[in-house]
Amino acid sequence: MFFNSLLTNFAALEVGQHLYWRIGNIRLHGQVFLTSWILLGALLVFISLGTKKMENDPKGLQNLLEFLWDYIRDLARTQIGEKVYRDWMPFIGTLFLFVFVSNWGGALIPWRLIKLPSGELGAPTADINTTIALALLVSLSYFYAGLSNKGWRYFEYYVHPTPIMLPFKILEDFTKPLSLSFRLFGNILADELVVGVLVFLVPLILPIPVMFLGLFTSAIQALIFATLAAYYIGEAVEEHH
Amino acid sequence: MLAFNFFGATEGGLFDINATLPLMAIQVVALTYILNSLFFKPVGNVVEKREKFVSNNIIEAKNKLSEVKKLEADLLIQLQSARSEAQRIVSEAENESDKLYKEALELANNEANASKEKARLEIESQTNAARDQLSKQADELSELIVNRLILEK
Repeated sequence: MFFNSLLTNFAALEVGQHLYWRIGNIRLHGQVFLTSWILLGALLVFISLGTKKMENDPKGLQNLLEFLWDYIRDLARTQIGEKVYRDWMPFIGTLFLFVFVSNWGGALIPWRLIKLPSGELGAPTADINTTIALALLVSLSYFYAGLSNKGWRYFEYYVHPTPIMLPFKILEDFTKPLSLSFRLFGNILADELVVGVLVFLVPLILPIPVMFLGLFTSAIQALIFATLAAYYIGEAVEEHH
Repeated sequence: MLAFNFFGATEGGLFDINATLPLMAIQVVALTYILNSLFFKPVGNVVEKREKFVSNNIIEAKNKLSEVKKLEADLLIQLQSARSEAQRIVSEAENESDKLYKEALELANNEANASKEKARLEIESQTNAARDQLSKQADELSELIVNRLILEK
């Protein structure tokens, strides 16, 4: 009985329901795009406000943006290395900002108040399409980074240090995007579900620590995603001797 | 039914992969370019310009500091030579004034001695003259007495 009611509650959370947009023959998850546009719009407004009047003595928002820039540069530089980190810093930074803004936006803004005909608004990263898109971009990036930096010698990486590693390294090319996408997707969706269930069961006080934990998880996931992406690119451009 | 919704393939479900995926990828790539021109490039320019400015200033300050230290050492040497020079001049002047003093003292002594001698000689001559005169007068007197005594007899 209890189990049944719990399942109904899950159903009430509308897990796996989407707001479908149909363009010709293709179908899109509208709620993902809606939230991502709102959050990215806010991010872009925030950034253009902060970079509108750049001064040598930073004030206000510029300080925050410079801190952010420095943080992303340190992340890219430690993982990718001094030589090519500049080329990849915007990509790593965009991944970090996109995941971070999506996660926090999903956790902080009470999207549930906005009623949709089907599905509900939430973190764009709680949709498997978004995380797979990000993970595949990371895969393409590290292949491109390796090939453009080392040419065909990139494939030496697969037999380094011994040819026995070859099957494992090939397997890694599949497990990397898989783990990247499912880690992010699972964490964010689980956080949304836990908060949703707790709010549904005990609407007062109890969900608050879990919400804080969710914010923490969200930030950590953004950092992990960006760090791993940078690490994969760094691994691909690294010179073996 | 619920399980079907959870992992459903046709429509809905958690793992419903469709055109959202490529569109989201395109959106993220576009965002990368937008953020690069709006955020990473301008902020990077400002930060790196400032870092260059700071490191240049540090190098300049270090150069200036070493220059100052060199000048300080130079000045110390100059100060020491000036001090010894001054000491030399002072002792020279002291010697000279000592010499002058001694000379003047000697001169004055000599002069005093000379005038003393002259006075003594003068006194002596006057004493002699007076004694001569006295003895002459005594002679005259004695002659007078003798004459009178002789005449009375």
